[in-house]
Amino acid sequence: MYTGMVTLQVLDTVFYEAQRQGRISFYVTTIGEEAINIASAAALTMDDLVFPQYREPGVLLWRGFTLQEFANQCFGNKADYGKGRQMPIHYGSNKLNYFTVSSTIATQLPPAVGAAYSLKMDKQDACAVTYFGDGGSSEGDFHAALNFAAVMEAPVIFICRNNGWAISTPTSDQFRSDGVAIRGQAYGVKSIRVDGNDALAMYNTVRAAREMAIGEQKPVLIEAMTYRVGHHSTSDDSTKYRPANEIEWWRMQKDPVNRLRKWIERNGWWSSEAESELRIDVRKQQEKLLRETIERHPRDYPEDVPL
Amino acid sequence: MASALRRLGSAAARRGLSTACEDTKKSLFQLPQAGGKSSNLCSAINQALHIALESDPRYRLVLSEMSPIIPKPNISLLPSLHATDNRHSYLFGEDVSFGGVFRCTTGLADRYGKSRVFNTPLCEQGIVGFGIGLAAMGNRAIAEIQFADYIFPAFDQIVNEASKFRYRSGNQFNCGGLTIRAPYGAVGHGGHYHSQSPEAFFCHVPGIKVVIPRSPRQAKGLLLSCIRDPNPVVFFEPKWLYRQAIEEVPEEDYMLPLSEAEVIREGSDITVVGWGAQLSIMEQACAGAEKEGISCELIDLKTLIPWDKETVEASVRKTGRLLISHEAPVTGGFGAEISASIVERCFLRLEAPVARICGLDTPFPLVFEPFYMPTKNKILDAIKATVNY
Repeated sequence: MYTGMVTLQVLDTVFYEAQRQGRISFYVTTIGEEAINIASAAALTMDDLVFPQYREPGVLLWRGFTLQEFANQCFGNKADYGKGRQMPIHYGSNKLNYFTVSSTIATQLPPAVGAAYSLKMDKQDACAVTYFGDGGSSEGDFHAALNFAAVMEAPVIFICRNNGWAISTPTSDQFRSDGVAIRGQAYGVKSIRVDGNDALAMYNTVRAAREMAIGEQKPVLIEAMTYRVGHHSTSDDSTKYRPANEIEWWRMQKDPVNRLRKWIERNGWWSSEAESELRIDVRKQQEKLLRETIERHPRDYPEDVPL
Repeated sequence: MASALRRLGSAAARRGLSTACEDTKKSLFQLPQAGGKSSNLCSAINQALHIALESDPRYRLVLSEMSPIIPKPNISLLPSLHATDNRHSYLFGEDVSFGGVFRCTTGLADRYGKSRVFNTPLCEQGIVGFGIGLAAMGNRAIAEIQFADYIFPAFDQIVNEASKFRYRSGNQFNCGGLTIRAPYGAVGHGGHYHSQSPEAFFCHVPGIKVVIPRSPRQAKGLLLSCIRDPNPVVFFEPKWLYRQAIEEVPEEDYMLPLSEAEVIREGSDITVVGWGAQLSIMEQACAGAEKEGISCELIDLKTLIPWDKETVEASVRKTGRLLISHEAPVTGGFGAEISASIVERCFLRLEAPVARICGLDTPFPLVFEPFYMPTKNKILDAIKATVNY
């Protein structure tokens, strides 16, 4: 799990910088939410269907999507499975059971319920898992999906990444309920709130939720509390609507990657040498890959941007 | 006034709509034998649904591209192939379990069980979204929206999810097994919210098909084609005709081709195009025009997107005049698309401007329905004006 989280961090850094250099048009980072991504993915099996929002590339990474495949989609080159049709970060992979990202918020929730129902009817040992943010919980599709999941008794896990912000809108402007977990309860869905920055807690919660969803054929809602350390996307400067020291505090004090690193170091499974080795390795790999991708598909690369 | 109109409509419908020349050349489907059992529209649809739920296997068809006109016939989709594993079609919506508010779904829950035919909560976006999820797993998902007037909460799911599901994934995923059925159109007393014809909104969405039958026999064959088509389809059923229209409907499984318009009355002076319940009104107008020596060629479009431009163009090349009629308000209605496309193709052949006799640009009124509707006389006047231009 830890190497997965570090790889995700490096991936984010490299692609973010690539966008700033004009090499790709757009990017969305997952900074601060690495634990939710990787730990939840680790608790699932490959048969579970994933219906993501857009801030869950870590789930895809865990499942085996290669750095090359990520790059292909971001560049929109000929090797992109999506055939260059969508903006960067709209990944999808049928062999990894990860449904293609769509930009619209929460529209993936009702289909996740339908897919879960199909799994139930086929008596599959699998569930559907769908992710969304605190903002997404205000959308009508959220209410539609939870209600349907409860009535149809569909084995679906709803994971809310409550990261405090929907672009510039804080949760105090988003809802006045006691978060999102209470709403699941209102719909008759078993709900739980968990520290989304605690990788182990996240893992255990999703594991238990999966057992419940499949064993009892009922939906489960997980509200994972976290913070969106990065900007909403490369088109956003979040210092315009929140204090820089708040962002720094979360980054330094509450970083999920640091937290897990400290735990594995304390257990003697990791060291600072291993740490720098890993980071340098992944970074080098990624940079080399980017260069090769551009060279392989030169026509899919902007002409005015130097290599 | 409204009741007089209803009586008129029902008399015309009971007379039976002419079902035309079965052109086997273009079609890859098995066409029904003449004859069958006398059925109304609602019963024909019920029959189609029974067949779909009985026999349709899981959808394994993978196309390398969307098939715009005629779907490539796949052996697993041909009718009368009874799969042993037929659990994979589902029918759901508000109140469908007891038979539905129009009784189109009678007997289905009893026969196929409550886990395949079921009521959903009152939530159109949930109904369609749920259907997309089922279809994404290869199932046939037949979603019912109680009235077309209520389809709008589902518009986001249809436009942003269903229509783009295959395209955005580079064909890694699709929801082709989804069919959305909704009763549409004037019923004599429906007012704003039980009479709408929203087809134009959906015709503007690349990635779905829109199909509207004119009669029971057409409805059964078209609905089965829609259910088996590897694309999400919106199927609007003319509610006026549910009980009013009676026709000989073959009892067996049969399909009618999508994106093929049908010339249901041949003529030489003017081409008249429409769909759904409006065709029976147009047919009366054509009969009236004939008495005055005007020969009308009447075309049923059947599939609105992708629509059969070739048939309409060929007809207009013959007659030189075009009139389109639909219940939906004239501005931005689908008639505008037909008009613009035909003018593009046949500008120099046209003898007169393309006429559109449609609903007025107002919300669908209650007591003023007879004034709002594109009536037989309005159409007849326009036919004469166009011919005498």
